[in-house]
Amino acid sequence: MEAIFYIAAIVAVLATVLTVTRLNPVHALLYLTVSLLAVAVVFYTLGAPFMAALEVVIYAGAIMVLFVFVVMLLNLGRHTVDLERSWLSPGAFVGPAILAAILVGEVSYLLARSGTLTPPVAEVGPHQVALALYGPYLLGVELASFLLLGALVGAYHVGSRRAQGRTTVGSRSDRTGLASGGDLVRTGADRPSGAA
Amino acid sequence: MNPVLLKIIVLLGILIVVLTLASGLIWLERRLLALWQDRYGPNRVGPFGLLQVLADMIKIFFKEDWIPPFADKPVFVLAPAIIVITVLLTFAVVPFTPLVQIADTNIALLFFLGMSSLGVYSVVLGGWASNNKYSLLGGMRAASQMLSYEVFMGLAMMGTVMLAGSFSMRAIVEAQRHMWFVVPQFLGFVLFLIAGIAETRRLPFDLPEAESELVAGFHSEYSGMKFGMFFVGEYLGVILISVLLSVLYFGGWQGPFLPPIVWIVLKTLFFICFFILLRAAMPRPRFDQLMSWGWKWMLPLSLLNLAVTGAVVLAMRR
Amino acid sequence: MWSILQSLWLVLLHMFQPRFTVQYPDEKPYLAPRYRGRIVLSRDPDGEERCVACYLCAVACPVDCISLQATEDPHGRRYPDWFRINFSRCIFCGLCEEACPTYAIQLTPDIEMGEYNRQNLVYEKENLLINGTGKYPDYSFWRVAGVRIKDKDKGQAENEAPPADLHALTP
Repeated sequence: MEAIFYIAAIVAVLATVLTVTRLNPVHALLYLTVSLLAVAVVFYTLGAPFMAALEVVIYAGAIMVLFVFVVMLLNLGRHTVDLERSWLSPGAFVGPAILAAILVGEVSYLLARSGTLTPPVAEVGPHQVALALYGPYLLGVELASFLLLGALVGAYHVGSRRAQGRTTVGSRSDRTGLASGGDLVRTGADRPSGAA
Repeated sequence: MNPVLLKIIVLLGILIVVLTLASGLIWLERRLLALWQDRYGPNRVGPFGLLQVLADMIKIFFKEDWIPPFADKPVFVLAPAIIVITVLLTFAVVPFTPLVQIADTNIALLFFLGMSSLGVYSVVLGGWASNNKYSLLGGMRAASQMLSYEVFMGLAMMGTVMLAGSFSMRAIVEAQRHMWFVVPQFLGFVLFLIAGIAETRRLPFDLPEAESELVAGFHSEYSGMKFGMFFVGEYLGVILISVLLSVLYFGGWQGPFLPPIVWIVLKTLFFICFFILLRAAMPRPRFDQLMSWGWKWMLPLSLLNLAVTGAVVLAMRR
Repeated sequence: MWSILQSLWLVLLHMFQPRFTVQYPDEKPYLAPRYRGRIVLSRDPDGEERCVACYLCAVACPVDCISLQATEDPHGRRYPDWFRINFSRCIFCGLCEEACPTYAIQLTPDIEMGEYNRQNLVYEKENLLINGTGKYPDYSFWRVAGVRIKDKDKGQAENEAPPADLHALTP
């Protein structure tokens, strides 16, 4: 079990590094998904199968698909790859590298002090999670649901205002003679830089 | 017998049977569709045309495995593998009989949900990597359709989880000893069935590949064995949803007189035939109809089902 | 919702209905005698070729799949030197049959013309000619139209009626 934990942890770290360094946004998102899956395995080895399943269902399965969806719609071509390359200059890594080094130092200090990893605790099933959520943390759950409801209403509001303004958008695109929907589905490698 | 050896035998047996059944479904589907459309279907190769599957496999293996030069090659190759892997992994937690089950975890249903949500990647990435506007449209449709219907599928399943008091499929089956859950959970069953059809992208909800609008949707650019994997993945999904329907709502392996394995196979075949009947009879809705129907009807209904089931379970326990 | 269940039920009931498919190579479908299939060149009751090489069929053909070369025998009677139909172009419309003044070219109810080599679909005169009269057993064009022989024009032989005057108004 410990070997699986370390393998999954290494995979997670590597995938996260690759997420940062990939030039193609979709590839980066795929590595991020792999990283989340590896974190799910870590959860499982630490005795939280319920959390692992939720990680896969919600983060890897739903949220990342939405990310991929949005990136697909943005139609990022070679232009983006060049942009990413310019962003990924070695100088940009100095700050994060220092911060990460501090973190690694802290972790290794803690590990050295406590000796080995604490052995996995007893398995936490759905039952315990549910009891915890609706017992001591009930207020937190309610607050989170309020937040989500607020986000939902906000999204609906933004969407409905866009629908009312559709006529003006359409007439403007007619005037300029541009196919407004054309770019959405043009997946060719390059989109004219003027449109971007 | 050695338990490890037994487990390996069970694993290989499930793998072989499920894959064979998936390819046999190609034949079954064509014969049944033909039957309901007053035709014969494939009946030339072998007895009743059974070897048609073999002929198709030979053909598909010898086809040129073409990767378009404009495609994103690694993702293009990865996409069809994802769907087969995720669906096959899900079969690991399905209890076919008390003996024939690979892994019995207490998060089995969540595992199924997670795997089916990972299966979305296959379609989305396949559509994106093809770099073709029809594929992209198919991928977009698949993403929104599968994400939405997964929500209702999960919510519909929670009714059985409440009644059984566990996420483990084995516990759910055993909780149906006296009454199949289709009786108290009829609404949940219908919702799960509809969401399952949408999740496997079968007709009438095959909008991601709607061939009359989008050439072949997300797999327009696929050929040869990669297309074959999408194809097998779809049939594996049909088998999976059928098995789950019989496990969650129709008492799984339980039934009088016959041995458990026969019962589960009979129930599964019944639902597979029902899927094919749907394909034979139903027209395809428009995409916005599909989505608005999902969010405006399926979601409230599944929430209602959830709330009422929870209330009744609480009241019974008091 | 009710209509969906209804259509499911109706489609299910089709299980018990007879199938429409004709299992072709085993059981042949019925083809009417006037079915438009493979084109043949027929002979008149005397066993001579009916074709007079008038080119009307080639002119009528919408896809230009008929080609022929006219020639004359020692009596001055026209017949095709060669006659060629490219069946890979032919659309079996039957216009050549309608154009033919001598009932020589006829369409038959034969549709089994599959070939692996496309060149084999070009039929020459010896492939087209049949030893029979086809759909019109008693018709002989030359008996109706008359024949000019060595010294005698049409209608001048013994017991032969004079030919119809094409410019007269009465029949």
